Amino acid sequence: MGEVIVVTSGKGGVGKTTTTANVGTGLAKLDKKVVLIDMDIGLRNLDVVMGLENRIVYNLVDVIEQKCKINQAFIKVKGYSNFYLLPCAQTRDKTSVSPEQMKTLTDTLKKEFDYVILDCPAGIEQGFRNAIAGADRALIVTTPEVSAVRDADRIIGLLDANEVKRYDLVVNRLRMDMVKRGEMMSAEDVLEVLSINLIGIVPDDENIVVSTNTGTPLVGSESLAGKAFMNICHRVIGEEVPFLDLNKKGNFLSKLFGKK
Amino acid sequence: MGFFSRNKQKKSGLDAKSRLKLVLYSEHQGLPPETIEQIKTDIIQVISKYVDVDIDNFDIKISPDGKLAGSNGPALQANIPIKERKIKRI
Repeated sequence: MGEVIVVTSGKGGVGKTTTTANVGTGLAKLDKKVVLIDMDIGLRNLDVVMGLENRIVYNLVDVIEQKCKINQAFIKVKGYSNFYLLPCAQTRDKTSVSPEQMKTLTDTLKKEFDYVILDCPAGIEQGFRNAIAGADRALIVTTPEVSAVRDADRIIGLLDANEVKRYDLVVNRLRMDMVKRGEMMSAEDVLEVLSINLIGIVPDDENIVVSTNTGTPLVGSESLAGKAFMNICHRVIGEEVPFLDLNKKGNFLSKLFGKK
Repeated sequence: MGFFSRNKQKKSGLDAKSRLKLVLYSEHQGLPPETIEQIKTDIIQVISKYVDVDIDNFDIKISPDGKLAGSNGPALQANIPIKERKIKRI
């Protein structure tokens, strides 16, 4: 039996979709059977971040309304034997799906897959309730900013209230230069405020923008963000991996000497 | 000069953390506003049976420090001004 993981944050724009795409791709690289589900009905984006936007035929709402079989809606990610995206509808809204229907769907899917990963929409309304309905665990994404951390705290409360008992924190877009100057909260500061388990620290990395431009998640690449996301994947499957040393002088020096 | 004054300036990262701790503390302790409002209405109803409550200045809140109320944790504090003693005949 696989696991259903919801990637959530409360606040928008902190990197839920990027995290979903990279963690999903990383787990597929680790030979896990993975399906990603875009839950942001009406504002879908996981398809473009994954570079699969031209291959959508059916979507999540079609599956729920039994207009197609679930396999027909899956988009297979090239280069992997067991990695799929279930896109959502763009012309419908969150009320097209109910939490009960989502739970039934994810309960079915986790019999087939090692990981069912849901990209949750921003907010705490129905889209959120749909996304967490069948979740076994959550990855809570935040950035080191007061608004994002406050929303993450709210999400923790809602996950507790809805019996999602296992959740881990991803601190995204950390800028070490600002942390060193004392002008940004460190990952430790964020942890001190939220006091939950930390599963990953992802540095602010322009390679993320580049990878989104081309629709190829950078997890597993030599970039700092690529390494950080791969480490998250190892921790998701229960391995203990030390956190990256983001203070390393190496990055600065290699930049200085123009190494790639 | 700019150099020295910059060193004395409080770093905004610390600000962020302490502001967050405060706001989250009050959010965790606080009852939802609608519940507070309900409690207020109920108390007014009960006390109004005996005395005339100054509703405009009636105040009820959760205080993180409940020492005055004899509590080690938070306390529910109510200020209930009375207009005049009103004896109700039953």
